[in-house]
Amino acid sequence: MTAYAVPTLSPDLAADRPPRPVPGAMRDCRSHPAKPSHQEPLGFPGELVDGWQEVAVARLGELVARYQSLQVFLDICVKCGACHDKCHYFLGTADPYNMPVARQDLLRSVFRHHYTTAGKWLGNLAGARPLTEDVLDEWYNYFHQCSQCRRCSVFCPYGIDTAEISMAARDIMDVIGKGQKYTNEVITKVHDKGNNLGLSAAALRNTLEGLEEDVLEDTGVPVKFPLDVKGADVLLVTPSADFFAEPHVDGLIGYAKIFHQAGINWTISSHASEAANFALFIGSYDQMHKVASRIREAALDLGVKRLVFGECGHAWRVAYSFLNTFAGPWDFLDPRYPVPQHIIEVTHDLVSRGAVKLDRDANAGVVATMHDSCNVARAARLGDRPGGQFSLPRELLAACVPTFVEMHPSTVKDKTFCCGGGGGLLTDELMDLRIKGTKPRAEALRQVVEDDGVTHMVAMCAICKSQFTAVLPHYGFEMEMVVSLHQLIGKALRLGAGA
Amino acid sequence: MGAVFGGVMSFFDAVVGTLLVFAVGVLVLGLANKVWVYAATPAPLRIPTTPAPLTRLGAAGRLAREVLLFESLFRADKVLWALSALFHAGLALVLLRHLRYVLNPVPWPIEAIQPLGVLGAGAMMVGLAGLLARRLFLPSVRMITRATDLAVLVLLLAIGATGLVMTLAAPADIMGLKIFLAGLWRFAPAPLPDDPVLVLHLVLAAVLMAVAPFSKLLHMAGVFFSPTRAQCDNARERRHLVSWARPLDDLRPR
Ligand code: HEM
Ligand code: SF4
Ligand code: SF4
Ligand code: SF4
Repeated sequence: MTAYAVPTLSPDLAADRPPRPVPGAMRDCRSHPAKPSHQEPLGFPGELVDGWQEVAVARLGELVARYQSLQVFLDICVKCGACHDKCHYFLGTADPYNMPVARQDLLRSVFRHHYTTAGKWLGNLAGARPLTEDVLDEWYNYFHQCSQCRRCSVFCPYGIDTAEISMAARDIMDVIGKGQKYTNEVITKVHDKGNNLGLSAAALRNTLEGLEEDVLEDTGVPVKFPLDVKGADVLLVTPSADFFAEPHVDGLIGYAKIFHQAGINWTISSHASEAANFALFIGSYDQMHKVASRIREAALDLGVKRLVFGECGHAWRVAYSFLNTFAGPWDFLDPRYPVPQHIIEVTHDLVSRGAVKLDRDANAGVVATMHDSCNVARAARLGDRPGGQFSLPRELLAACVPTFVEMHPSTVKDKTFCCGGGGGLLTDELMDLRIKGTKPRAEALRQVVEDDGVTHMVAMCAICKSQFTAVLPHYGFEMEMVVSLHQLIGKALRLGAGA
Repeated sequence: MGAVFGGVMSFFDAVVGTLLVFAVGVLVLGLANKVWVYAATPAPLRIPTTPAPLTRLGAAGRLAREVLLFESLFRADKVLWALSALFHAGLALVLLRHLRYVLNPVPWPIEAIQPLGVLGAGAMMVGLAGLLARRLFLPSVRMITRATDLAVLVLLLAIGATGLVMTLAAPADIMGLKIFLAGLWRFAPAPLPDDPVLVLHLVLAAVLMAVAPFSKLLHMAGVFFSPTRAQCDNARERRHLVSWARPLDDLRPR
């Protein structure tokens, strides 16, 4: 393991003790820039274009005219600083550019200079500055130190959402040829192969067959993992990490067991074998639309009646909040179900109707706590009431483990801290940032581990799971303590006893 | 010095009068223009910060709580909330009280709150002083502060201070002021009471009004259009296609 400077956890919470800003602390932490081979397939220039300043400024104007969020947010921030200590990256790194308002100002200052009367007349006095090479460098660094988790937006008196600003900045950088490798490479793979991992249909079939064998061996029950079955009732769209990574795959096994036990006829599609939509991270409507359209195509092609998503934070945001706009109307699906539906909604409904039974004893010894994945918590919903995104998973968890413990209230539900790896930052070269950004979550976790004997932390997002398993060991936690919600459900589910 | 009833407007009075008319014009037209722009800019994606109300009426309620109670700010920072509430509530009271200078006859609710005026002004000044101190002494807030952020606070403090001087120490000639102001919009020139504190108060207020549509004071209009607060949570029920995204939509299968 490379040596990283891991922050020491203190017994009280980082959120209660904002650090004194240390200018430049994270200046040298930057993700790898995209190569032409990552840019061009997405229609972005391969390298920095001639006259990039003008192109960037023009794009900024275009985006501001297209998005009410930008139009309003760039004007109305009063610099009150209510948001300054709400970002996990500021709490973990102390770099002042990781204060949400300062991150916004990186873009706002350029907007002020080029597009506002005050900026033109007063310049620096009004916080305006032209787009120079240095400014572009700061953009690249610090807009790739935002996981677009929206925690700052919860506390801002006007709901100013730094995620919107960082998405716009990344859009502009893509358009002038200064994209980020990790995200753009992943989007290219989705277009090529249907999923983020670049997994072919044959490899996927292999993997799913392997899972069938594993579950049969484990439980003696022939649980199916169907692929490309025409006429299935449910199309399951799940993050491709669910096919491979730990603990994600145990979650997938949980979904399959639930479908099996409820007698639901389901399938995965090799055309849309990925729930993630990384185009969200670069704020590209076109790319998001294109990635989302695969799901409509798959649903039409397979002739399914329902659309269900697996556990993934940003994917659920795109699915819940945008899919209807991108890929609806869904008039060809069964109108009795919401479109799309989350696997947690499906399971919750089955459990509350008594259609499947959970047995806590199967998870004997587990003391579980829950990490609310921020995209589910603050940018979407589960169930039919506001806040269902908090109650549904908790009710399920309480039904399948003997003990459930809540982490500190300032770190859960809509105040949840990002895992530190979302928003297109789950890449090795940002490990320093990812470790530091996890500090607020790690402190809250340590409290419940020490005070309440918590053994497992449940996550419901592929990126959270990957991030936590990679980073929590740096803080001395066992990687195995991170589990999928449907992993615990799958274990507690009474299989076989009549569907 | 008393008002010169029926007297003529001096050149100086005319300058101050013009400045006031100009400032009010800039404020009203500038804000109207911004409101129009905010309202007319499309919102292609549903982005309410959730949990969010499911209906438009619910979202209006959420906005009302933000505007009247500063709900999110309360969750963020109790000290800042208290200072901000003192300032804004004080300002609201003071502004309502000012209506008597332009309304004739003065409606009874405005009459009724007159005694609260000093209280409002005091709250406003305490709030402003606290906000200024925060800006100067908290390192993180100081870092995000620009000259214009300080200028607005100092300007408001100066307006408040000159106002308080007239309320507490050297009462201004209210009748004279009323006639002067009425003269401005009825095109019936009347002289401005000869009172340097009053003149300073008016000129500073004019500056504040004239810069408002170009400054962060736009938050008073923008807050009503912030999509994370003003949108309701109905993305699964309704599509939110905007005109610029239509060409993409038409490319899809079926
Ligand atoms: C719809 C009406 C309004 C609402 C909801 C509102 C709300 C807020 C909030 C929540 C803040 C942030 C907290 C703070 O720093 O004080 C703020 C700041 C501020 N507001 Fe307002 N406001 C409104 C109208 C006004 C008006 C009419 C003025 C003055 C003419 C004003 C002047 C200011 C100033 C100067 C600040 C910044 C204070 C600082 O520098 O810390 N606001 N406002
Ligand atoms: S809380 Fe909102 S208004 Fe205040 S500084 Fe942060 S972004 Fe600006
Ligand atoms: S969206 Fe999240 S990561 Fe980005 S500035 Fe806000 S709190 Fe920080
Ligand atoms: S990875 Fe998880 S915690 Fe991080 S931004 Fe995404 S949903 Fe939020």
